[in-house]
Parts: sequence; structure tokens; C-alpha cells
Amino acid sequence: MTNEELQRKIESWYPDPEASGLVFSEEESQFLNVSISPKDLYDLMSKLKADDDTYFDYLFCLTGVDWGEELGVVYHLESTQHRHQLVVKVSTPDREHPVLATVSSIWKTAEFHEREVFDFFGINFTDHPNMKRLFLTDEWEGYPLRKDYEDEINMILK
Amino acid sequence: METTTVKSNFKSEEYFINMGPQHPATHGVLRLVLTIDGEIIKKVDPDLGYIHRSIEKMCERDSYQQIVHLTDRMDYLSSNINNEAVCLAVENALELEVPDRVKVIRTIIGELTRISSHCLWWGVMGMDVGALTTYFYGFRDREMINDIMEETCGARLTMNYNVPGGLMFDIHPNFVPRVKKFITHFKTKIPEFDRLLTNNVIFQKRTRGVGILSKEDAISFGASGPVGRASGYSCDVRKYHPYSALDRVTFNEALQTEGDTFARYKVRIQEFWESLSIIEQLIDNIPEGEHRVATKAVIKLPKGEYFQKVETARGELGVYVISTGTKNPYRFKFRSPGFSNLSLLNHIAVGGKIGDLVATMATLDLVIPDIDR
Repeated sequence: MTNEELQRKIESWYPDPEASGLVFSEEESQFLNVSISPKDLYDLMSKLKADDDTYFDYLFCLTGVDWGEELGVVYHLESTQHRHQLVVKVSTPDREHPVLATVSSIWKTAEFHEREVFDFFGINFTDHPNMKRLFLTDEWEGYPLRKDYEDEINMILK
Repeated sequence: METTTVKSNFKSEEYFINMGPQHPATHGVLRLVLTIDGEIIKKVDPDLGYIHRSIEKMCERDSYQQIVHLTDRMDYLSSNINNEAVCLAVENALELEVPDRVKVIRTIIGELTRISSHCLWWGVMGMDVGALTTYFYGFRDREMINDIMEETCGARLTMNYNVPGGLMFDIHPNFVPRVKKFITHFKTKIPEFDRLLTNNVIFQKRTRGVGILSKEDAISFGASGPVGRASGYSCDVRKYHPYSALDRVTFNEALQTEGDTFARYKVRIQEFWESLSIIEQLIDNIPEGEHRVATKAVIKLPKGEYFQKVETARGELGVYVISTGTKNPYRFKFRSPGFSNLSLLNHIAVGGKIGDLVATMATLDLVIPDIDR
């Protein structure tokens, strides 16, 4: 599917785009970008995987991003059948207790990648089968890839 | 005569055992917490971070030229291909067209790197399953590539040869004849590899039917490279998203369908031949021209997001850059092939024995710095 067809398909699932926080963008990126509100994340992701026309079966990148005000996750999806690609973005303004839905039941690779995001950004994924630190020790304080993280001993600041 | 049968009066008990972080079969500091019942594996829980250097955080502080040399230290056996990935991402963002000569040399060196990495893998693969001789055979041939790299790039392992805009310097005059000599030499050695290990009955018994991964699971777990292709999942980035000079060569994607340890082994042996074929198609046709186009001393990427995929010896390496228009990236993410390939280890090792786990891990070809970025 082309980017326009993908956009029309996703729009047809959400008759009220404002309620789902649905925003499309192709600017400053080589992919079609879709932003979605955290409450509709799981629903959109399962539809993208299950629908025969979209059939995004390959999650090739899952990235945590600290946007300053918000914490977010970026999902890069590809279909191995149709060879089209899509980027889904979600973010939450709660920096104290950020919570998002897990997609590890849709793509098994997300289980490890979400643990990495939890480790470095502190985003908790609900219903994740094994939500604990992956790289750092359990007693580590703070989340190193956040922009406001400070460590006077281990970080060389310029 | 009365026959006695052993009833299950013996209650077996599950217990934990640590494999690593200092274990020869993990090839680096990887710790696997195994739950075992007797010798049967019930669960594999990797514990990572022993050599995590937080390269992604360092990238947010560094300039784009500095980032390139950090990538050498991720998957150090594919260092040239990692460098290329970052350079391609920067060049695409700047809309910089590099000379044809650069593209061809990058592809040749990339394929040499792949052969060298697979040589090392083949050596330690045999060693892991008890055939020590393979180690010396693999390292003998890898040595020839290391010498070529040393002469042209100035280093044997962490080359740092690519820079945004081209190559650090032009190839050495000896490069072409030495690569040709290597091709002739290595063509006689792959059949030797087959005679020594591939056709060995003991080796086949250790690897056939062990650690089976289905195609659906391979895609779901994000497997890539030889691990994915051994399960019949066509995932070669060089085919689907060709970069550098890969769009002007013909080669076959190495595919197997069994998905077991032996299939992953065969894919890599087949890739030896395909890489040799790619180099042969290019080595006599290196275009004349500049080895580098000038870039500004301080590279600032336009505001936006950039993604670049390449095929390293282990699979799909993704570089995801978010730029706000300054001289440092806002976020720099590496999607490393080893990390996704490790995530499926629990799935394929459960139900097998510890000895099978060693053979399975050998064909996942994990490089720990690639996982602990």
C-alpha cells in the first residue's frame, strides 16, 4: 500500500480522529508517521498486525525518546508481505509514572526492546510478562537516557 | 526373570545455574540464568549489561564524525559495515552524493568484513562443539583479510575507515592484487571447511534438529541475517533496501527452510560463496575518481528523522537519528541485530539440553558489545 492508502485505511478505523489523538505526518521523515494517544495504542497496533491489507508483522525498531516535556516510544513497522513501512509514535506527559500498553503480545521482539526502554527511560509497560531492568542493576537510581539524568562520576559533560 | 522398571519415585527438582558471565561458549561477558531440571533446560533468562558503555548517550554529546568511531566498538567483527551505516545516514540527511569509487570500495570492504566475520564464527562454532582444529583453519584465512585491512585502513579490527562523505584515504596500491589472491585462495578453502566440519557425522548429529525456529517466530522475534534466513524468512537488507554499490551486483540470497542449527550453519557457508561473488564482480571495475567529497568541518543535520538499514554479518543494523538541526543528534538509536537474535534464545533452547544450548548459541553468532551497546 502507498502512504496515502495506509493513511485512509487507518482513518477508516477511527471515525473521531481527535478523540484518538490521530495525527499523520510525512514531513522531515522518509516514512509515514502516525501519532496516537496512549489509550488507543494497543488497539491500533493489533489492527495494523491483524488486518490483511496492512499486515505489519515485523517490528524492526522500538525506540524510547525523551521529548523534554513528554516521554515517548517510536515503533518502526514493516510488512514482510507487502513491503510497506510505517512509523507509529506515542507519548505520555507523565514523567513521574509513565505508563504505556505493551505490544509484546503482538510482536515477541517487543518484550526485550520494551525492557530496554524501561531500563533507560523508566516507562512502564502494562501487562508486560517480565517488566524488570535488563542492563542495569535493580538498585540503580534514575533512568540514564533521559535528558535530565545527571551522574557526576560516570558522565563527561561538555 | 523379573524385570524391574524405574518408576518416577525419584522426584526431580528444578534449580538455577549461572552460565557466564565468564563462560567460553558465551564469547564475551553474557550471563545466562538457566532454570534446569536435570539436564533439560526449562528457561533461559539473559542478564545483560556487563560491558554496557551507553554508546547511545555518548552519541548525544558527540559530533557526527565522532559517532562513526564509536560504532567500531559495537559489533567489532562488522566494524566497517557499522561505520558505513552511520555515514550513509548522515549522507542521506545532507543529500550528499558520494563518488562511485567510494560506493564500490565500501561494498568490497563490507563483503570482505562479512567473510572475515564468518571465518571467525566458523572457527569458534567448531570449537564450541568440540572440534578444535577448525579454530586454526578459520583464523588462518581470516588473517589474510586482516592483513589487507591493515594495509588499506590502517587497523586490523576497528578500522574507522569510512567518514561522512567518503573514505578516510584511498585504497593501497596492493589492495586489488591482494584481494584477488585471497579470492583464489579462499575458493579452495571452503570445500576444505566442508570436508572438515560440514560433512562430519558427529557435527551433524549435534546440530540437526536442534534449536528449531519457525518462520513465523523468526519474523515475530525480529530475527535477521543468517538466523532469519535459515528459517526460510527472506530478510536480506542487501536485496530489499540496497545501499552503496549493492544495486549493481547480482547475488543469491542464502536461504534454508529447516530453521535448525545446521540450517543456520549452512546459510553462513553459502554466504561465503555469495560474498566472494560480489567482490569478484566489483574488484576489476573500481571506478576512478575521488575517494571523498568535502563536508563542512562541523556537520549539522537538517531538522528531522533519518533511518538507515544495513546488513552486517549478524543481520539488520538500523541507525535511527533524530536531529533538531544542531551539531549533535537529539537521539541516536542503534537497532542491533544481536539484541533481537538473543531475545529468541529462550524460545528455541527450552526443552533441549545444555550441550544443545551451546551449539544453538554458536549459530546465533552473538557478539556481546553489539547487544550491550
